[in-house]
Amino acid sequence: MRQTPFRILLGLFCLLVAVWLVMPTLVIIPMSFNEKKSLAFPPSGFSWQWYANFFTNPDWLSSFFNSLRVAGLVAVAATLIGTLASLGLSRMKHSGAGLLRAILITPMIVPGVVLAIGIYAVYLDYQLVGTTTGFVIAHTMLAIPFVIIAVSASLEVFDVRLETAAASLGANRFTTFRTVTLPLIAPGILSGLLFAFVTSFDEIIVALFITSPYLKTLPVQIFTSITRDADPTVTAVGTIIFIATTLIISAGLIISSKSTRS
Amino acid sequence: MSQTSHTPTAGGDHSRPSGAVQGPQRRLRLAAYPSLLAMPALLLLIAAMGYPLLTVTLRSFSDPAWGLQNYVWFFSTPVNVTVLWRTFSIAAWVTIVCVIAAYPYAYLMTAVEPRLRLVLILCVLVPFWVSGVVRTLAWVILLQDSGIINSVIRLLGFDGVKLIRTQTGVVIGMAQVLLPFMILPLYSVMRGIDLRLVQAARSLGARPARAFLEIYLPLSLPGVFAGAIIVFILSLGFYITPALLGGPRSTMLSTLVQSQVLSLLNWGRGGAMGVVLLVATFVLLALAAPLMRQRHKQASRS
Repeated sequence: MRQTPFRILLGLFCLLVAVWLVMPTLVIIPMSFNEKKSLAFPPSGFSWQWYANFFTNPDWLSSFFNSLRVAGLVAVAATLIGTLASLGLSRMKHSGAGLLRAILITPMIVPGVVLAIGIYAVYLDYQLVGTTTGFVIAHTMLAIPFVIIAVSASLEVFDVRLETAAASLGANRFTTFRTVTLPLIAPGILSGLLFAFVTSFDEIIVALFITSPYLKTLPVQIFTSITRDADPTVTAVGTIIFIATTLIISAGLIISSKSTRS
Repeated sequence: MSQTSHTPTAGGDHSRPSGAVQGPQRRLRLAAYPSLLAMPALLLLIAAMGYPLLTVTLRSFSDPAWGLQNYVWFFSTPVNVTVLWRTFSIAAWVTIVCVIAAYPYAYLMTAVEPRLRLVLILCVLVPFWVSGVVRTLAWVILLQDSGIINSVIRLLGFDGVKLIRTQTGVVIGMAQVLLPFMILPLYSVMRGIDLRLVQAARSLGARPARAFLEIYLPLSLPGVFAGAIIVFILSLGFYITPALLGGPRSTMLSTLVQSQVLSLLNWGRGGAMGVVLLVATFVLLALAAPLMRQRHKQASRS
């Protein structure tokens, strides 16, 4: 049993890595109940004031609803355009498909700031700075790669012969798509939708450039309040987002486990 | 570029020159069909990414006057070269830290029973459940001079360490954000490694260290490469984390681009910096592409 000390060492090291991964998320929660307006840890006392501030302060509320609106529109637009593109890519036989896919995924690797100054320059010319349209166009472009990756993954395991079978039984293209293809790739489309929503809801770099006093998204509001006055409301917002995400993911897991059981 | 490459197929004119109009026309529509589906995405990409990047590139050569003066300025100003060098060095450090932390972690994920594995996967995913900017604030709380990490260090009897507004702090924060991008590809490669190969080496008399170095490590290297490339490239463009955790001595290129454009309104110089960052990213990607392709080959072989 020369292996045992090695195993203990491995376990300890991985525990440390796990703590490193999780700690920033967990440290936010106790801080959100802080009584004093400070970011010193550990927090002192207990109060709901930062939550109250979030729900009553118009700056926070309006930026929250702006983000919700933009992310909702982006999720729909990116899922539609991205799903169409994935269907097209999966049906392209020649080598152009690989190149086209690589081009469509580039927004993921282009450095954020370079993209942001470019979009800012173009938006200044077309009066799109600080508009919902501007945000939706930029965020949809950033979200499409995530939809393409998610939908392509479920198209890869999709058996094309099912479509042929439906067509041979007399279904036209649209009926085949609606009754055979769509239900089978629905999980991929759904996760693409979710990724697109989160991408937009969390996007900060482009948003910082194209924002205006009249249209701020939540990440921009968070960033400015951190840099300006270390407002603990940020920790309350973080906790709310964390709890909402946990609930959505648990609901998703429960629904998917039920549907696979039945 | 890609449309022109597949229009010849859409033509399909080499088919029989028969009088039936319906046949060739139908085939033409069907042949052009798949790439048409990708057109909305491509058009949006050209409008929202291609055109802006072209604008930035043009301005870097034309603002305030046509020529290379912005690039000459960039490479002849010591501060810029220092920051460019620092951007690469921070990206390298982040990549190294990620490899060291992720390798044992991904290995443990393959070695434990399913329930513990679920916990380990959860730990990788939980960071995504809170907004990225909020997470950076959490790092400010953790790293500050009176923060948790310094309290623990003092409890152990050492002197406090300056972490916030230093390069070390930036690397710790960035590596935490990017660690999942290293762990997940590594895990997917390690899961596919046949452990009987290691057992065979052991049964032939190899010590554990040798069996690891000669059998397991080479087989897991494709995962290390894939993760390291992603982490390095994403690190180069980081903006928020260095801006909030770093000080003046840990500025990265993205921050310089931002201040040139937003504070100094100097589109030419900011654009030139952006182009340098963009070119660096794509050159690295081009260099890494053969390695990635090798990984695919190996994956399909197993």
